Amino acid sequence: MTIIGSQPWRIGALIPEWARDPRVVTTARFTVAGIIAFAVFSIILLLDRANPITAVWEMFESALGGEFGRSEVLVKLVPIGLCAAATAVPARAGLINVGGEGQFHIGALFAGGLVLYSGAPDLLLLPLAVIGGAVGGALWAGLAGGLRVRFNLNEAISTLLLNYVAIQLVNYFVFGPWRDPDAFNWPFTADFPSAAIPPGFWAGRVHAGLILVPIVLGVLFLVFRYTRAGYEMRAVGGNALAAARTGIPTGRYLFWSLVAGGAIAGLAGMAEVTAIQGRLRPGISIGYGFIGFLASWLGGHRPVGVLFAAALFSVLVVGGDSLQISAGLPGSSVNILMALMLFALLAGRRNTAAVRS
Amino acid sequence: MSFIPDVATGSLRSGSPVLYATLGELISERAGIINLGIEGSMLAGACAGIIATAETGNAYLGILAGCAAGGLLAVVHAFMAVTRGANQLASGLALWFLGLGLTAFFGRPYVSANIDGLDRIALPGLSDLPVIGPVLFEHDVLTYTVIPLAIAIWFVLFRTRWGIHLRAVGEYPEAAFAAGINPQLVQYLAVCAGGALAGIGGAQLSLGLAQSWVEGMTNGRGFIAVALVIFAMWNPLRAVAGALLFGGVLAMQLQLQARGVAVSPFLLEMTPYLVTLAVLLFWNRASRHAMPEGLRAVFRGTG
Repeated sequence: MTIIGSQPWRIGALIPEWARDPRVVTTARFTVAGIIAFAVFSIILLLDRANPITAVWEMFESALGGEFGRSEVLVKLVPIGLCAAATAVPARAGLINVGGEGQFHIGALFAGGLVLYSGAPDLLLLPLAVIGGAVGGALWAGLAGGLRVRFNLNEAISTLLLNYVAIQLVNYFVFGPWRDPDAFNWPFTADFPSAAIPPGFWAGRVHAGLILVPIVLGVLFLVFRYTRAGYEMRAVGGNALAAARTGIPTGRYLFWSLVAGGAIAGLAGMAEVTAIQGRLRPGISIGYGFIGFLASWLGGHRPVGVLFAAALFSVLVVGGDSLQISAGLPGSSVNILMALMLFALLAGRRNTAAVRS
Repeated sequence: MSFIPDVATGSLRSGSPVLYATLGELISERAGIINLGIEGSMLAGACAGIIATAETGNAYLGILAGCAAGGLLAVVHAFMAVTRGANQLASGLALWFLGLGLTAFFGRPYVSANIDGLDRIALPGLSDLPVIGPVLFEHDVLTYTVIPLAIAIWFVLFRTRWGIHLRAVGEYPEAAFAAGINPQLVQYLAVCAGGALAGIGGAQLSLGLAQSWVEGMTNGRGFIAVALVIFAMWNPLRAVAGALLFGGVLAMQLQLQARGVAVSPFLLEMTPYLVTLAVLLFWNRASRHAMPEGLRAVFRGTG
């Protein structure tokens, strides 16, 4: 990061000392980006003759103003926070994982398959689902990782294309072999046994899967900050050639960081189908993988930043649902707001490729 | 019986929108900017095409609107990538998300709109030829223009001064600058032209093929276009082959479904993506030598 006003004749010299603190600069940058994003979003709402002030107020009010809204924010934080982490881990090694959506679906598929057909005793169902979700997501990401390391196939393109394959794979099973004959022709699998459903707590649909978010982000924080692997991974992401020269096995880091990201996204899929859906069906994701991708970039791929960004996007998703009901705006119009926020931030930071610690 | 001609017709019909997007992405990448937001530009074109057609009753104005919408959306990416030096892959994906949201928002009143889409024009005389007549000469206007357009783009890129300037910027912007070219201007124009072409492709998808607007209807065709550019080794003529191959797989899959073949339609629907990946895998090594120098950093993930 460049130090503002390092030369006295620059405009930066006019900025007082306290405002040069990186935390102040970061806060200011996020505030300005947020203001720009909301301003552009307001203009778009005005074009549709909607009142932007009431619409935005309504969004935050419905998401944060009551217990139901707040509980739904926590429910959405599970898939969004985990999918953001799924992008953040490979991003440390300089990889672009846009496959969160596909890894989420395959994680859900593996978890659902094990819960329904493993025949394991009740006590083991939930642990099996957790392992299955992580393994499923890891395999799907590992496919892209292998293609990248072995054949130098760009992972952004392969993970993007594999998303569409993964979604159809889930459709194949729920419309085909796993369809519940008692579901009145609906494309649903049988309901999961209650032993496979994570217990709920506090209010609404909040469930035990929520603990995965602090666990995963906490582990990442420690790994990134204190371990050799975290350090070497960043070296690979910063300059792979230099890292290779110093003897770091770059290929291994590229592959395993993608696999780790995939496992985390798979956990998100597992949590969603076991705790929220209670069975497999089409359309288990509203684009959590992609929302997580944007959140990871917004949070600078750092665990704390990712948590804040994921929480913000969870609020927007819940608020967007209420916009749909009250103002008749499509729920996906909050996608506009999320994209605008990332644009405003990307435009403010010059050359964002390098990950800062 | 008529399976092969039907697939051939469908290959042209489904391949054409993807070819527009592929050509657009190719121009942009030749200038050194990779734009994953081409998927968003396609969506913008599809949506704007329907809106303009529904409002004016003229599908040709719809094409123009689609072209303008796709190009305008791409300006955002040009600003991020060229002026601000932001990560091109992240900016492109955010652009796709922006397009997804904007089209859902503005397209909502038009979801079930009744429109007079693009008519299929049977070329007099030629369309009466046995077998190849209906295959080659009963298409909408955009399918007729796409292959000549590919040839024209090839000519401009490789046989004119403009083309040399564009490619120089994509290979070595510093040298282009030293030669008196404004690299930023060239990149802006290339990215916008790319978005505009993708917008035309999107408009063909909604006005010609589907004759309606569905949220997210491009379904990854823009991303497939990005893959096809690599397969095409950044050459517009090879892009024609790639798009026809993709269109053929899509058409074959639809024909098999229509004929009630006992394979799950969901497995069939994966095939275009899997074939694209396989093709990419096969040609990736060969095409690396053809990659514009300016793209290398982006593909390595350090851009």
